[in-house]
Amino acid sequence: MTEHIVAKRTYYGVFLGLMLLLAATVSIAYIHLGELNIIAALTIAFIKATLIILYFMHIRYSSRLLWIFVAAGFFWLAILFALSFSDFLTRSWLSVPTGWQ
Amino acid sequence: MPEHSTAFEHQFDDIEQQHESASLGMWIFLATEVMFFGGMFLGYAVYRGAYSTAYAQASRHLDVLLGGINTGVLLSSSLTMALAVRAAQLGGRRIVVLFLLATIVLGLVFLGIKGFEYYHKYEEHLIPGSHFEFSGPNANHAQVFFSFYFVMTGMHALHMIVGIGVMLTMILMTLRRRFSSEYYFPIEMAGLYWHFVDIVWVFLFPLLYLVDRS
Repeated sequence: MTEHIVAKRTYYGVFLGLMLLLAATVSIAYIHLGELNIIAALTIAFIKATLIILYFMHIRYSSRLLWIFVAAGFFWLAILFALSFSDFLTRSWLSVPTGWQ
Repeated sequence: MPEHSTAFEHQFDDIEQQHESASLGMWIFLATEVMFFGGMFLGYAVYRGAYSTAYAQASRHLDVLLGGINTGVLLSSSLTMALAVRAAQLGGRRIVVLFLLATIVLGLVFLGIKGFEYYHKYEEHLIPGSHFEFSGPNANHAQVFFSFYFVMTGMHALHMIVGIGVMLTMILMTLRRRFSSEYYFPIEMAGLYWHFVDIVWVFLFPLLYLVDRS
């Protein structure tokens, strides 16, 4: 059997980490940090997602080929966001030329 | 060659290659799911930038306690799912069925709480449409927030219902002795799907419930 069998203790540890991160994301939301609130919320969400992918979804113990497949999914998502926001975030940088409205 | 030759498909060199190709196929499917939900997250983000005040006001109408409990319930269901896959890898049957049942029960608890929240929104006239009522100058923009809320959590809930159907199928297949410690791949792939749905919620919870609570 080549499949790696993860120790129960690892699963319990990851679960505990996820619950602590859930508590962290709720508590931080009630502290006024301005723009940092959303950054903190997303950072915690990414850490939680990474923990789930690496341990619950066994990617940490998988082949490099599978790593590429997983990364490709999220890389294409990054393209979707990067190209879309290169438009939406920069629209106000230039004024609309006269006669265009 | 494995003993359980019924599980081994002859187009593969060996059972490990069969396992690898099942995982690759599942992850390709999950990549399409990432793009499916990604489109909705993008729409949410673009309008959050445009209607930030309304998003903050509308988000406060969601119940953080219920949303937080539901996050905990879903994370717990991921744990029971991971333990079900582990038990399947070790060739268990009774314990696999028990962990899959636990996963289904936790999934149903999530859907129940979600349904209660939906009903509450219905009573508060917060469902977008002709009966939508929202005090303040940002009512129309708040309606956009609730549209994203219902579409995204609705699609997520639909994925969970599908997932529960998959789990029931896995229980039936386990009871019919279709799996062994050498061939448990369908249970593992069902697990990948369930964990993916969990990850979607990990992002939905802070983005919908915790827009501006400070």
